[in-house]
Amino acid sequence: MSRLQVVSGKGGTGKTTVAAALALALATEGKRTLLVEVEGRQGIAQLFEAETLPYEERKIAVAPGGGEVHALAIDAERALLDYLQMFYKLGSAGRALKKLGAIDFATTIAPGVRDVLLTGKACEAVRRKDKHGRYAYDHVVMDAPPTGRITRFLNVNDEVAGLAKIGPIHNQAQAVMRVLKSPETAVHLVTLLEEMPVQETADGIAELRAADLPTGAVIVNMVRPHLLDEEAVRGVTGDRRKEVAKALTRAGVTGSAKLVTPLLQEAAEHAERVELEREQRAVVGGLGLPVHELPLIGEGMDLAGLYRLAAELRNSGVGSK
Amino acid sequence: MDAAAPLDIDPLLDDPKTRIVVCCGSGGVGKTTTAAALGLRAAERGRKVVVLTIDPARRLAQSMGIDSLDNTPRRVKGVEGDGELHAMMLDMKRTFDEIVEAHADPERARAILSNPFYQSLSAGFAGTQEYMAMEKLGQLRARDEWDLIVVDTPPSRSALDFLDAPKRLGSFLDGKFIRLLMAPAKMGGRAGMKFLNVGMSMMTGTLGKLLGGQLLRDVQTFVAAMDTMFGGFRTRADATYRLLQAPGTAFLVVAAPERDALREAAYFVERLAADTMPLAGLVLNRVHGSGAARLSAERALAAAEHLDEDRGGEDRGEGRGENLVDGRIVDQGSGKAEDRGTGGSSPEAPSPTGSEDSASQDSAPEHGVSVDRLTAGLLRLHAERMQVLAREQRTRDRFTALHPEVPVAEVAALPGDVHDLAGLRAIGERLAAQEETAGAL
Repeated sequence: MSRLQVVSGKGGTGKTTVAAALALALATEGKRTLLVEVEGRQGIAQLFEAETLPYEERKIAVAPGGGEVHALAIDAERALLDYLQMFYKLGSAGRALKKLGAIDFATTIAPGVRDVLLTGKACEAVRRKDKHGRYAYDHVVMDAPPTGRITRFLNVNDEVAGLAKIGPIHNQAQAVMRVLKSPETAVHLVTLLEEMPVQETADGIAELRAADLPTGAVIVNMVRPHLLDEEAVRGVTGDRRKEVAKALTRAGVTGSAKLVTPLLQEAAEHAERVELEREQRAVVGGLGLPVHELPLIGEGMDLAGLYRLAAELRNSGVGSK
Repeated sequence: MDAAAPLDIDPLLDDPKTRIVVCCGSGGVGKTTTAAALGLRAAERGRKVVVLTIDPARRLAQSMGIDSLDNTPRRVKGVEGDGELHAMMLDMKRTFDEIVEAHADPERARAILSNPFYQSLSAGFAGTQEYMAMEKLGQLRARDEWDLIVVDTPPSRSALDFLDAPKRLGSFLDGKFIRLLMAPAKMGGRAGMKFLNVGMSMMTGTLGKLLGGQLLRDVQTFVAAMDTMFGGFRTRADATYRLLQAPGTAFLVVAAPERDALREAAYFVERLAADTMPLAGLVLNRVHGSGAARLSAERALAAAEHLDEDRGGEDRGEGRGENLVDGRIVDQGSGKAEDRGTGGSSPEAPSPTGSEDSASQDSAPEHGVSVDRLTAGLLRLHAERMQVLAREQRTRDRFTALHPEVPVAEVAALPGDVHDLAGLRAIGERLAAQEETAGAL
C-alpha cells in the first residue's frame, strides 16, 4: 500500500477535490493522513471551508470511523529557511540571505531548488516517525502540479542531483528520489471524459513511465448520471413527438407542444456527449492502469459532496492496494 | 441582479489601435482555444495576426493545420478573406538561446550555452517560461510585422506568476545578489577572495555548502559570462511590462462558469487593476443554455415522477414502503417526546403510487421504451440541465456583484473538442454574437 499518494490532473479536472477526498477516504478506521498542497492556491482550505492554511500541519477534518485528516500548505521559502535552520543553525544568516535576494533566488529561480524543497517536505512527512517508532502519518496525499508538469516536478530531484554533484542539496535530492521512485509512492491522474484531458493523461502516463516514476490509478471525475436511453431519443419523430407532448400534458406540464423540440434538442446534445464519453472511456480503459469513476456532484462541490466522493473512493479501494 | 454589460469582441478586434490581446486565466478553461479563435476571427475580418501559444494541445495545433508549431510564426492555411493568420508555439529554451546568441560574441555565447546551470535554467524552471513568453511578445511587437498579436499565457501556478516572474527574473539577473556571486569570478577567483568582506564570504561559503562547490562555480561562471547581458534583461522586462500597460493592449480574462475558475478570474481582474493593465473583459466559456428554460428543474422532476407513478411501477412503490418503515423506526427510537411532531406524518398503511387517475400503462411497446419512460427521461435530463444553469448563474452573479464594471462575453458549451478551423470559426462567432446568447439564457 503506497504511503505517498500523489494526485495530478489537467487543470479544471478537479485534482484538488480528488486529492482531498482521497485523504478523507484513506483516513477511515482511526488512520491519520496528511494532505499537502504545493502550489500555494489555498484550494484545500476552501474545500474544507476552513481558514487559510498556515505553513504548519493542522487537523482539518475527521473521517468516518474516527480517522483524522491533517493539512499543510508547503511554502518553498519557509521550507528553505527551515532546512537551513535544521542543518546549519542559520537563524540570522538565513535572514541576511533573504535580504540579499538569495532565498528568492533559491526558491524561485535556481533550477529545481523550489521543487526539491516541496517534494522534500512531503517525503519528510512520509518518513517521519513518532517516539514509539510508528509513522506519524499512515498516508500522505499530495495535491500536485498539473499533468503537464508532474513528471518534471517529481523528477526534478534527479535533475538537481545531476547539477549539484555533491553537497547537501545533492544528498537531499537523492533521498527524496529514493522515496518517489519506490513502491511507497503512487501517482494518480485525474481526468474528465473529454478529449483533451484524456490525451494529456495518456501523455502524462507515458512520461511518468519513461522517468521510472510509479503510476497509480486513473480517476475519472465528474461522471454524469445516465439518464435516458439514447436509442429511444433517436426514435422520436412524427407521431411519437405528439405522444411525448401528450405525456407531458398528462404529467401536468403546461404548453407542452412548444417544449418537445427544445427537450429533444437537449436530449440530442446529451446523446452526442454520451457517445464522446464512450469513446474516451475506451481510451482510458486502454491506458493499462486501474480506472475509477467519481460522480458529478450536481449541486456544486461542498463539504457534503467531498465526503460523498471520499465514500466512493473508499468503496472502490483507490490507493489502498 | 443587473447583468454585466456584454463584451463586444468585434470592435475590439477591428480597432487598428488594438495591437496586443492577452488571454489569461486558470488552467483548463479553454484559454488557448479562445486565443486561437480570436486570432482567426481577427484575421478573417482583415487583420494580419500572429497567435503566440504557450503549450497548445496537439489537437489545437492541428486545428490550425500545423502539426508541429515551433518558435517561428507559421502561416495558417484556409483563412478566408484578406487577412492573415500566423501561429507559433513558444520554445523557451530556443528563445533564451536566441537572446544569448544575439547579445554575446560567439565565444562567450558558446560558453554560456554549454554551462550546466544555464542549460537547466533555460529548460524551464520556475519563471523562465513566463519570462520568455514576455520576451517573445516584446520581440514580435518590435518586428512590427503584424497588426495584432494574440498571446496565450503560461499555465502558471497562480495568477501572480505571469505578471511577476519577468520582473523577478529581471531583478535577479541584475540585482545585488548576482553581483555578489560574480565578485569572486570577476576578481580572478581565489586571489580576489581576500578583498571580499566577511559577510560576502560567509554568504558564498553558505551557498557553497548548500549547493555544492561545483554548482556554485557553474553559477558563477554563468553569471560572469552573462555579465554584459544583464542590463538588457532588466531593460527588456521593464519595456515589455510597459507595453502591457499601453493603450494598444487589451487583456481578456478567460474562465468557465465554475466556482474555482471564476475565483481565479476575479483575482486576475483585481491584479490587473492593481498593475494598471488594460482589461477589456471576461470571456466565459462553456456556458449552458436551454430552449425550455421556463420549465424549472423542480417542475420537470415532479412531472417525471408523475409519469413514473403512472407507469404503476411496483419497484417505485416498494422503495417508498421501505422509506416509511425506516421513518417509523426512527420515530420510535427518538421516543415519545417527539410524538406530537411526528403524529401528523405518522404513516398508516403505505399507500404509495398511482392511486389517483389513469394508470396508463406503456403505450407503445414496439419502440422498446414506453413514451412515459422516454418522456420522464427527457424531463430528468432537462432538470439536470436547469440545475447546471442555476449553478452557473449563481457563480456568475457572484463575479458580477464583485466586478460589475467588467464586460462579459459568453460562449455556449460545445459537446466536443475543436478539431479544425471551422470549429475555431464557430467559437469566434459565438464570442462575437453576445446579444443572441444573452437572450437565449
